[in-house]
Amino acid sequence: MSALLEVSGLRVRFNEKAEAVRGVSITVNKGETHCLVGESGCGKSVSALAVMGLLAKGGIRTADALSFAGQDLRGLTEGQMSRLRGDKMAMIFQEPMTSLNPAYTIGSQMAEVLVRHRGGSKRAALDRAAALLGRVGITAPGLRLGQFPHQLSGGLRQRVMIAMALMCDPDLLIADEPTTALDVTVQAQILRLLMELQAELGLAILLITHDLGIVARMAHRVSVMYAGKVVESASAEALFAAPTHPYTRGLLDCVPIPGKIARGAPLGSIPGTVPRISLGFQGCGFRDRCGHADASCAQDVPAQSFAEGHDYACRLPAGWATERAA
Amino acid sequence: MLAFLLRRLLLAVLVTLTVLTVSFALTRLSGDLAIAIAGPQATQLDIEIIRKAYGLDRPVIVQFFDWVWSAARGDLGRSYLYHEPVANLIRARLPVTMTLGLTGLLIALSTAIPIGIFAAMREGTVIDRAVMMVAVIGQAMPSFWLGLVLIITFGLQLGWLPISGVDSWDGYVLPGIVLAFSAIPALMRLTRSGMVDALASDYIRTARAKGLSRWSIVMKHALRNAAMPVVAVAAVQLGFMLSGSIVIESVFALHGVGYLGWESISKNDFPVVQAVVLFLAVIYILLTLLSDLLNAFLDPRLRTT
Repeated sequence: MSALLEVSGLRVRFNEKAEAVRGVSITVNKGETHCLVGESGCGKSVSALAVMGLLAKGGIRTADALSFAGQDLRGLTEGQMSRLRGDKMAMIFQEPMTSLNPAYTIGSQMAEVLVRHRGGSKRAALDRAAALLGRVGITAPGLRLGQFPHQLSGGLRQRVMIAMALMCDPDLLIADEPTTALDVTVQAQILRLLMELQAELGLAILLITHDLGIVARMAHRVSVMYAGKVVESASAEALFAAPTHPYTRGLLDCVPIPGKIARGAPLGSIPGTVPRISLGFQGCGFRDRCGHADASCAQDVPAQSFAEGHDYACRLPAGWATERAA
Repeated sequence: MLAFLLRRLLLAVLVTLTVLTVSFALTRLSGDLAIAIAGPQATQLDIEIIRKAYGLDRPVIVQFFDWVWSAARGDLGRSYLYHEPVANLIRARLPVTMTLGLTGLLIALSTAIPIGIFAAMREGTVIDRAVMMVAVIGQAMPSFWLGLVLIITFGLQLGWLPISGVDSWDGYVLPGIVLAFSAIPALMRLTRSGMVDALASDYIRTARAKGLSRWSIVMKHALRNAAMPVVAVAAVQLGFMLSGSIVIESVFALHGVGYLGWESISKNDFPVVQAVVLFLAVIYILLTLLSDLLNAFLDPRLRTT
C-alpha cells in the first residue's frame, strides 16, 4: 500500500508558552482507516486541523514532512490549500448541530463545493448532491435539498456533512469524532456508513476518536496520542494483542470487555489528567501518571519497535508487559 | 408564521393606542391651551371664544375620544396657524423627510457595514480598536453640533455644498451625513460583533474545510448570519432618523415633517403637535414591525416556526 498522507515531526503551538502538538508522525495509506486515539486535550484534533490548514487564528504549524498524494503541503499558500480542501481532502466534524450554516439550504451548501472545485452548473451540482444524499441513506433527497439545517436531526445533519465531504470524490476523509455528539444507535449507523463508503470508494479515512470500541471496529492502523505526541502506533490487531506503551495499556484497562474482566473486579483507571506541556519540555509526558516511571523518564524518550510496523515511545523494553505477566 | 405576524400586529396596535394617549396628555399637561393659543394680549372673551371654537370647553375625556375617533378615520384636525387640515400639512412635507431619512440610512449602511466587516476581520488589532474608539466618539457627538460644524466647513469655508434648503439634490448631502452619523456607530458595532461571532463559528470552519474562497466565506457565509440583527436594527434606526430629523431639519432649514413639528411646538399649534407625534410614532411602530418581518425572512429558523 502506498502512503497518501505522510506527516512527520508535526508541531503546533498557539503561543510562546505551550505546545499543543509536539512532533507527531502519522502515515495514512490509500484506502485504509487510520485511527488517532487519545484523551481530550491530547492534541489529536489540533493535529488534524493542522494537516488541513484549518488552525484557528494564532496557531503556528511546523513539520519535518507534510505531504499529501506526493505533494508537499508545507509551502502552499492559503489559496492553494483551499483548492485541495473539499476537493482531494475533506473533513467532517464533531458538532453536526452547528457545522452547517443555518442561513442556507442543504442543497445550496452542498452544491457550492462542487461548483467551487469543478465548475459546472448549480443544477448539475444539485443532482450530484441529491444522489449522494441518497447514498448516505437519506430518504427523499430532493426534499432535503430545499430544507434548512434546523429542520434536520443531528444524525441526518452528520449524514449531510458526510455527503457534502464526498461531493468532489476525495481521496482522504478526516473525521474528527464524527459520532461523539450522536446517540448510540445513530453512532453505529454512521460508522457502518463510513465503512461501506470506504469499501466502495477506496477512501482513506483518518478517524479521530477517544472511543476504543470504535477503534476496534473501524481501524486498520492505530496511533495513540498523549500530550501532543504519538506514543504508540501499530496495526489494530497488533495494538489490541500487545499494547506496549504504559499509556495504551492503561487506556485498554479502562474499557470493560465482557468475558475478559472478572465480575465485580474494579475497572482500570489512569490517575490524574493530561498535563499542559510547556515549550521546551523534556522527557516523557506521561511520566507523572505512569506506574513504571523512574528518573530516566525525564530524559529523551527512545523510539522503540515491538515488531515490524509496531512502534512505541518508552524506555521499557519491548517484552516488558508479557515478561511481567509470566 | 401567521401567529407570529398576528402577535406583532396586536402589539403594534397597543403601542399606537399608548402613543395616542401620551401625546394627547402631554399637550394638555403643558397648560391651558386656549390661553396659550390666544397669546399674551388676549382678553378673557377672546380666550372663551377660542376655548369654544377648538372644543376645549368639553370634558377632557370627551375631547380624547373625539380625537382618537377622528384620528382613526384619518382626520387629524386642523392647524390653527395654517388654517388647513393637519393631514395635508404632513402630506406636503413628507417627501422631504422621507428623502432625508432614506439618504441618511443609505449613507449609514454603506459606511457602517464595510467598516464593521473590516474591523471584525482584524479583531483585536490596533486598527480594530481605533475603529471602535471612533465609533464611541461618534456616538457621543450631538447631531446639532456636528450639523453646525459641517455647515461651517463644507458650506461656508469650502463652499462645496448648500447650507440650507433642498432646492437641488445636494441639499440632502450634509443633513444626510449628520443623520447617518447618529446611526453609524450602532450599526458598525453590531456588524463587527456579528461578524466576529460568525467568523468564529463552526459553520465557517466547515466553509473553510470545503475549500471555499475567502470572499465566499466572509461575504456569503459569515455576513448573511451577521446581517440579521443589522437589518433589524437598521429599520429601527430609520425610525430614529425620521423622528430625529426634528433637530436636523431645523438646523438645515429643511421644510419637512420634523420642521413642522418643531415650529408647531414653539407656536403651541397643538393639533399639529399631536398629529406629528402620532405620525412619527406610527412610522416608528411600522418600521419595528417591518424589522421583525425582515428578521423572520432572513432567519429560516424563525420563518418555519
